[in-house]
Amino acid sequence: MGTTRMFGPRRVDKSLYQRLASLNWGIIALIVCLAGVGVAMLYSVSGGYWEPWASRHTVRFGFAFILMLVIAVTDIRYWMAMAYPAWVLGLLLLVLVEFIGATGMGGQRWLDIGVMRIQPSELVKIAVIMALARYFHGRTYDQARSLRSLFIPFILIFIPALLVIRQPDFGTGLMIIMGGASILFLSGLPAWIFVAAGVSVTAAVPIVWQLMKSYQRDRVLTFLNPEADPLGAGYQITQSKIALGSGGLMGKGFMEGTQSHLNFLPEMKTDFIFTVLVEEFGLVGAIVVLTMYATVLIYALLIGIGCRNQFGRLMASGLAITLFLYVFINVGMVMGLMPVVGVPLPLISYGGSAMLTWSVAFGLILSVAIHRHVTLAPRGSGIG
Amino acid sequence: MAREGLRYQTFSRRAFLLAGAKGLAFTALAGRLYYLSIVNGEQYKLRAEKNRISIRLTPPERGEILDRNGIKIATNRPDFSVFLIPEQAHDVVATLQKLGRIVKLDERRLTRVRRQISRQRKFFPVTVAQGLDWQTFSKVNVAMPELPGVETTAGLSRFYPKGYEVAHIVGYLASPDEEEVRLHPMYRLPGFKVGRQGIEKRFENYLRGTAGTRRVEVNAVGREIRDLPPKEEAVKGNDLHLALDINLQSYALEQLNENAAGVVAMDVNSGDVLALASAPSYDPNEFNRGISQENWQGLLNDPRKPLLNKCLSGQYPPGSTIKMVIALAALEHGIITQDTKFYCNGNHKLGDHTFHCWKRGGHGTLDLLGAISNSCDVYFYEIAERLDVDMIADMSRRFGLGESFELGVDGEKPGLVPDRRWKSVFLQQNWQLGDTLNVAIGQGAMLVTPLQLAVMVSRIASGMSVRPLLIRENDVLKRSDQLEFSADGVFNQLDVNPLHLRIVRKGMEMVMAAGGTAHDYRRPKSAIKQAGKTGTAQVRRITKEERVTGVLDNNELPWGARDHALFVGFAPVEAPRVAVAVLVQHGGGGSKVAAPIARAVMDKALELMDAKELDEGQL
Repeated sequence: MGTTRMFGPRRVDKSLYQRLASLNWGIIALIVCLAGVGVAMLYSVSGGYWEPWASRHTVRFGFAFILMLVIAVTDIRYWMAMAYPAWVLGLLLLVLVEFIGATGMGGQRWLDIGVMRIQPSELVKIAVIMALARYFHGRTYDQARSLRSLFIPFILIFIPALLVIRQPDFGTGLMIIMGGASILFLSGLPAWIFVAAGVSVTAAVPIVWQLMKSYQRDRVLTFLNPEADPLGAGYQITQSKIALGSGGLMGKGFMEGTQSHLNFLPEMKTDFIFTVLVEEFGLVGAIVVLTMYATVLIYALLIGIGCRNQFGRLMASGLAITLFLYVFINVGMVMGLMPVVGVPLPLISYGGSAMLTWSVAFGLILSVAIHRHVTLAPRGSGIG
Repeated sequence: MAREGLRYQTFSRRAFLLAGAKGLAFTALAGRLYYLSIVNGEQYKLRAEKNRISIRLTPPERGEILDRNGIKIATNRPDFSVFLIPEQAHDVVATLQKLGRIVKLDERRLTRVRRQISRQRKFFPVTVAQGLDWQTFSKVNVAMPELPGVETTAGLSRFYPKGYEVAHIVGYLASPDEEEVRLHPMYRLPGFKVGRQGIEKRFENYLRGTAGTRRVEVNAVGREIRDLPPKEEAVKGNDLHLALDINLQSYALEQLNENAAGVVAMDVNSGDVLALASAPSYDPNEFNRGISQENWQGLLNDPRKPLLNKCLSGQYPPGSTIKMVIALAALEHGIITQDTKFYCNGNHKLGDHTFHCWKRGGHGTLDLLGAISNSCDVYFYEIAERLDVDMIADMSRRFGLGESFELGVDGEKPGLVPDRRWKSVFLQQNWQLGDTLNVAIGQGAMLVTPLQLAVMVSRIASGMSVRPLLIRENDVLKRSDQLEFSADGVFNQLDVNPLHLRIVRKGMEMVMAAGGTAHDYRRPKSAIKQAGKTGTAQVRRITKEERVTGVLDNNELPWGARDHALFVGFAPVEAPRVAVAVLVQHGGGGSKVAAPIARAVMDKALELMDAKELDEGQL
């Protein structure tokens, strides 16, 4: 059996130096580049000033970068041990914001803890993936395929997801569900279940539609087709498309974007920052940035495939899928391909919690990479 | 362990599957971007430019209106106004309070300003005060450092230096109404005014000028970011030169006093309208600023109708001023000669109806000159019995009655020259001889405007078919209104025997001489010989009982029932240069009320004409 040796009990304990040295510095450079693009775009958005966004973005990324490295070099077994506690903590924070959280910008809730504002929903989406990875790590292939083992993953996914949707932050909630579903898929759940789920959701649409009140239908229609509402959501998308399209092949040049600099774009520094990028750097700039994301995704995919333990595989691929969803939905949204949901562009959009989230996510992916040869006990709670 | 391998296989197979899906999704994104930026790129570039660039208009200076000597009748003057940009004022209330110490701001104004501030975007200027004098304006400018958000501008506003005198001719300006705003984007400029009434209205297109354009970069909320080239300067509107002599106009209006009256003075030879004064008048400057409701109601309710241009739009029975035309009709048709005599005993019987002469005792035997100079009604009844009304109508038209001259001022009325056809069509009655008798003394259906009377007397005086001219730019009228004008001063000979004209002129000369109806009111100073004809037009029917008990004197009647006083005349008799027509509504007798005004205006006109010739001679 050729494969047996591959999964043999070979413990690899590296020193801190060795671990740092085995980091894929090329990918880290790419992450720094993406954050650098964010800094440049925020510099442009504020009309050529470091203050207030570009500078803060830089400082935050500095902290996030160190945090990412710390997470990367921390033993994977520690992260597996932390998976459930992280989920519980995330849930507690979500419940906490229900009571004492501050609301702004149409619903996202955060906790003000003096130093910074934390959006628990951001942390929860990582915690859910960690918890699911740990759960399936402890299940055999057959167990993972049985419907009975779906109960706990459902709890792990839907309790936090519903709490987030309640905030209301429909986009993030959906992202948690889709990230979770992808782990179920990767861990071997029979494909027919996904097909059945897809079919039943499709079948439920007309029934739910019938049950909805007319104002609710209007809301859904505006959500799906914002251009029918030219002064509200449609205005944003129209202006965003003008900005994207007018950039042409090479763009109007750094800081020369008229749509962004004359405030025609909404939410420029957060959800619509990709639009500023395309207006100023054109199709070429957009392809470069998308390629950078794709490279990080391919790297995470290879990490997952090359990892010897199921926890690492699932966590790396789950985080990669989440990253993909964020990029795809954000870019699709500003192009008018997708409904407008508040999803930031990883590392580039302005925002502290998002930055924190992505540094943790990349830290974990890198940690999986460093510890890809580590075999973990089936239950996976032991450290060292 | 085999199961563990299966788990890994499943994972990696599915991971590749998802990776494929991600790849497809990214390709779709790139494709969409290609579609937006390359396939439709040009369209979006245009839309981005349209977003960014806004064309703003700059108002042109309106053309000026000048009198025959180049004196400005309608001009533009700096209008100092104060704006407030709420966004830049830290504390709007405090700023307004401080501003209020310099500029008088009443509560009504403040309320309007506050309402506007709350309605508009915060970077949009709100007009706080306009029409400030230079002193106040300077004070505001000095205090500007303490008044954040306050800005001053010196724009232009229409000004009529002699507004009261020319209101009926020039009209006034007012804010465009909704329909006009749709016509021209310039009308949307804040504070832009358009012509209302008179020349300002009729020559709106000619006077208005062309707006300049300015390209500005604007942001999403419309705030101007910066100017972009190219900039096109506004072109001032064309100036308009009038034949009017503003000094004569002022003088004429002065003569009218408190009356409801009109005076037209014309250059007999060129047709130039030298004065076209209508009283009472109003101040068009007040309209430009926005007239108050009380003043507007006052103008509307005044029985003397200040808003009516009596010279062009007022139609009155001509009274005895028609008698020259009647005499000419009779002479031309050979019904009478200069020496034909009739006897006047004070009344004239036609069937069972009695037509009275104004002189109760009668004039005795009169020839034509005597009949004109004494304005004997019976003499003209005799003529009328022998004349057909259509002959009278024809002669009246030859002298410009019943005709609209298209002076270039709105509201010109054609008057009414009655004939058989008119009565059958409009009244559906047959013409009666009695009607002709009434027309012959100017009391029938005939209606004339003072302008027409001035034309009539110009034609009598010159023997030419004089047409009045107010706007000097003939080509303008032709171009903008397709109106034909005779060239200045070159008129055709009138189709009337010059000999007959001379007879009538002689009669008119005798009106002013000893024994004539206007002799008593002669100005002793005047050395210039004048000719004229008085007219008194009844506005009520004098009843039989009244004739028995004695006709009431005009002074005993309410104002609205009194006679209209008329006078037409020309001077100098030897070589006529100026013609004049005067109408005083309910003024009483033409000789007593209208003649002195006419005489004064004629003297003044000649004086001004001589002064001008002297000036030009010296040059």
